[in-house]
Amino acid sequence: MGKIVGGVTTSHIPAIGNAIANELFEDPYWKPFFDGYPKAREWLAEVKPDVAIVVYNDHGLNFFLDKMPTFSVGAAFEYENKDEGWGLNPLPPYPGDPELSWHIINSLVNDEFDICSCQEMAVDHGFTVPMALLWPDQTQRPVRTIPVAVNTVQHPLPTPARCLKLGEAIGRAVASYPKDLKVVVLGTGGLSHQLDGERAGFINKDFDLMCLEKIVDEPEALAKYSIHDLVRLAGAQGAELILWLIMRGALGKTVSKIHSNYHIPISNTGAGLLVLQSAA
Amino acid sequence: MASPAGQEPIPGTTIFDGRMAMKGYALNKMCYSFNEAAARQEFLADEEAYCAKFGLSDEQRTAIRDRNALALLAAGGNIYYLAKFVGMLGLNVQDIGAQQTGMTVEDFKAKLKAAGN
Ligand SMILES: [Fe+2]
Repeated sequence: MGKIVGGVTTSHIPAIGNAIANELFEDPYWKPFFDGYPKAREWLAEVKPDVAIVVYNDHGLNFFLDKMPTFSVGAAFEYENKDEGWGLNPLPPYPGDPELSWHIINSLVNDEFDICSCQEMAVDHGFTVPMALLWPDQTQRPVRTIPVAVNTVQHPLPTPARCLKLGEAIGRAVASYPKDLKVVVLGTGGLSHQLDGERAGFINKDFDLMCLEKIVDEPEALAKYSIHDLVRLAGAQGAELILWLIMRGALGKTVSKIHSNYHIPISNTGAGLLVLQSAA
Repeated sequence: MASPAGQEPIPGTTIFDGRMAMKGYALNKMCYSFNEAAARQEFLADEEAYCAKFGLSDEQRTAIRDRNALALLAAGGNIYYLAKFVGMLGLNVQDIGAQQTGMTVEDFKAKLKAAGN
């Protein structure tokens, strides 16, 4: 049987990729951020997941406005990272698990989530930065991956309530997988930030800390917000909180908090990290 | 400050909805092309010709020429695609944040830091 062992949520800011490449782990600006991750990695080493379902948003690498699916699930043998326009060297590809992907796709559609399936899917910093934070050694790929991409580029974005339900449906899909396999779910992005407009640089610490608390035991409280509420309270790109809600929905009713970290600012963002373990 | 119908506008924020996505299509398509190194070189070699190739409006061409982030947004640009344009020019999101808020980059960074207090 498929089993979701827990979830990790983490910010996925592109600047983190640069900081990793330049090994700025002890740099005073970066240290309070990077110091949050060893505990998350220890937990992963303990639970030893076989597969990571990575819920993220594409920032204009794989999808353009010509076709903008709301929810997409990868079904490839391998996912490539590519140049996002900044000339950085792409990271080595990530192995997929197409058999589990198709099981999830079948289960989701049967569950009335009409997602887009992708046999080719380039993954951007929204996917690669969290993977690099959690599994830093780029010469090894100890987990297979299934990217789940959510439209946060073009409104209307899916509602927080819908996202929590999609997560629950992903949880049911994994639980009905006939093979024995351990799955961790990553929810990437957030927390509050806004890159565009005269309101650029908006960060809302109180709201972020409230989200880090509520998402553990009361995700329904966060699912009550509208997207417009999230833009107002967390900034235009803070709406990425919906990705965290998908992760949370997949973990089931009861979880225990293993670890969290929060630091302002990383780039223009309130950077959050949370490790949750599913009930046995 | 555009918001979808029935939603209270959020100051300093344009919701990138269908209306903006239609308005900015050519501009965003050009910026999306900058994922490819060859496209970046082609743009830098002859900006005007590259803008013409994608059919940018006069408003969009002027905003590109001026490297003006607020004007690019007003012309329908989406921040994620624009990030590829400004990244190609060697600017980061603090540089762009400072430009949009009329602050120096140092002041903008200080404002971000102060949000943690
Ligand atoms: Fe993002």
